[in-house]
Amino acid sequence: MSVRKTKYEMPEQDPKERIHNFKEVPYGYSKETAIEEAKRCLQCKNKPCMKGCPVEIDIPGFISCIASGDFEKAAEVIKAKNNLPAVSGRVCPYESQCEGECTIKKIGEPVGIGRLERFIADYERVKGAKIPQKVTSSEKKVAVVGAGPAGLTCAGDLAKMGHTVTVFEALHGPGGVLMYGIPEFRLPKKIVNAEVDYIKKLGVDIRYDMVIGKTITVEELFKEYDAVFVGTGAGLPNWLNIPGENLDGVYSANEFLTRINLMRAYEFPTYDTPIKMGKIVATFGAGNVAMDCARTALRLGAEKSYILYRRTEAEMPARIEEIHHAKQEGVEFKLLTNPLRFIGDVQGHLVEVEYQKMQLGEPDDSGRRRPVPIPGSEEKIHIDTALIAIGQSPNPLIPKSMKGLTLGKHGNIVTDDDGKTSIPGLFAGGDIATGAATVILAMGAGKRAARTIDAYVKAKK
Amino acid sequence: MYKIIEKKVLSENVKQMTIQAPLVAGKAQPGQFIILRIDEKGERIPLTIADFDRKSGTITIIFLEVGKTTQQLGTLNVGDVIENFVGPLGMPSEVKKYGTVVCIGGGVGIAPLYPVVKALREAGNYVISILGAKTQNLLILEKEIQLYSNEFYITTDDGSKGQKGFVSDVLKQVIDKKGTINMVMAIGPIIMMKVVSDVTRKYNIKTLVSLNPIMIDGTGMCGGCRVSVDGKTKFACVDGPEFDGLKVDYDNLMLRNRRFVHEEGAACKLVGVVQ
Repeated sequence: MSVRKTKYEMPEQDPKERIHNFKEVPYGYSKETAIEEAKRCLQCKNKPCMKGCPVEIDIPGFISCIASGDFEKAAEVIKAKNNLPAVSGRVCPYESQCEGECTIKKIGEPVGIGRLERFIADYERVKGAKIPQKVTSSEKKVAVVGAGPAGLTCAGDLAKMGHTVTVFEALHGPGGVLMYGIPEFRLPKKIVNAEVDYIKKLGVDIRYDMVIGKTITVEELFKEYDAVFVGTGAGLPNWLNIPGENLDGVYSANEFLTRINLMRAYEFPTYDTPIKMGKIVATFGAGNVAMDCARTALRLGAEKSYILYRRTEAEMPARIEEIHHAKQEGVEFKLLTNPLRFIGDVQGHLVEVEYQKMQLGEPDDSGRRRPVPIPGSEEKIHIDTALIAIGQSPNPLIPKSMKGLTLGKHGNIVTDDDGKTSIPGLFAGGDIATGAATVILAMGAGKRAARTIDAYVKAKK
Repeated sequence: MYKIIEKKVLSENVKQMTIQAPLVAGKAQPGQFIILRIDEKGERIPLTIADFDRKSGTITIIFLEVGKTTQQLGTLNVGDVIENFVGPLGMPSEVKKYGTVVCIGGGVGIAPLYPVVKALREAGNYVISILGAKTQNLLILEKEIQLYSNEFYITTDDGSKGQKGFVSDVLKQVIDKKGTINMVMAIGPIIMMKVVSDVTRKYNIKTLVSLNPIMIDGTGMCGGCRVSVDGKTKFACVDGPEFDGLKVDYDNLMLRNRRFVHEEGAACKLVGVVQ
């Protein structure tokens, strides 16, 4: 029997339609297509795909359940390892993880593992997720700081192990970057809420308006809890550090996306938080956040949405799917372009950006070819909104407020692979430890830390 | 949910509320702020802490009704609840013994000045307070601040109370009379802090100002509250809100605080609020 060389297509909203709404872009597989796609899996004995999965899902296991039509069992297999499959089934960079290792890649497209995970997660959510039976309480209490992907994963796993878990969240709602960062059209908020509900049903208590380091200190948490996990993520937006960056019209990606996603500024004035968007928008950077910005700008009525990036498409850090969707929607890429300064009018509103053209030189530390300026290539274009999406540094609140905590050179909390920090009983994972990375790597770190914490609190008298 | 346990009307558009928030009150220090969100559809706004009581677990806020959210907040009454109330945020004021200090408050900026005046006096400073407002009716916390001040002055733009003119006029007189001033603390409209800093710069007096840029999360995540201090970008929420007044780019702050004036106007019109 020969294997189909291409993935079954996942239907999605027409680009012409979708740039006028915030509804999710892909519709997901039907049952029939999911079964057909699952049948493409070769069920390799050595399971190469699993090596690429930060949360250790038994991938061939759940796919064989789908192939035989047992979706409930497939959900069980996934949930045994992954507390947030509807999230990872949408935002994981599969191409460089599970699907990157798939054997079929040698002859064609890999199995659509991400699409299948998403299908099962959605199937289960509509049916009502099964809550695993509670294990006997360990009588141990763990505090988790931050209700983002790392914190929620860690909390969920610890609860499954029988520990009493309280999550402390600074914002007024759960999800962290899943809520404030990733737009509705890529990750609908009701799906995040459903995943959070599952974590709560495992017995996890989430408390809001709690800025650890300010409202309560980590030292105080230790008086009440046997261990503390810090998953406060990457806040603190990075800047280009060029003239004019504080003009009216220049936003950090975080501010722009937070206004729209968390505070729902796209529904202003029904919601009170405003956003001011021009007609010609330029996003700086080429990661997933940059794609989110450029695509959101179109949905808010931008006539032009540019992405300016110093290197070429080959070096873009965004997922292939995001770049593909951005192009489909009409985002214009200005590559090998380095901004020099923002120019304002007399009132201080942004009206232009000056940039220079680049060419690729020798490889730098990251192994990517370093962009070098082409002398005399300066140009200006008219823009009225600039979105700076060139990464974030770790949130400074806990690192700043704790004595004796070893920090890295970017202010990140230094941990070992298992999430241990320099302070006994204090664990950390996700962007606060690694610097800005992906949702799934944060989930993986939360998972490993949960195991370490489990061993730590059990050994503690 | 955070309950309003006391409400006072201080002047026409200025209201004072005491909110039950024990965890915030337990940690609050002069100079810090809170962020509140009235309800599920509300925006997050920062307000500097005007007073706190650790024993009763309360925080006092004083606000000028300028936009949709503050107007709506003003309609709430004792017993009503606010959905979110988070803090204390930002770095506390640099309270220590400086010697002779001048504390200047303008308009609703007098409110956050109050805990600082109290703390500076308790730290053993000779405290000279100067309060300014457009007109007599807009002056707040006169008695409270006078109680903790060694010297006390009032200015109004229209001369309805105290000296006619601006706080900076009195500041100059005080500096000339005293000779040595070790520190000036100014909280009020941006233009007032700018003018005060122009005066103190001439005399090379250490000057602290408390800035109130637009914020969302208040924890260093969004970058909306960035201000330029000594040519460097700082975040008022985690690095401030207090900064070296001689080094702040006030013009940029004024520009950035007007970013959503048009939208704010639309929101107010929609709910029938007169701006």
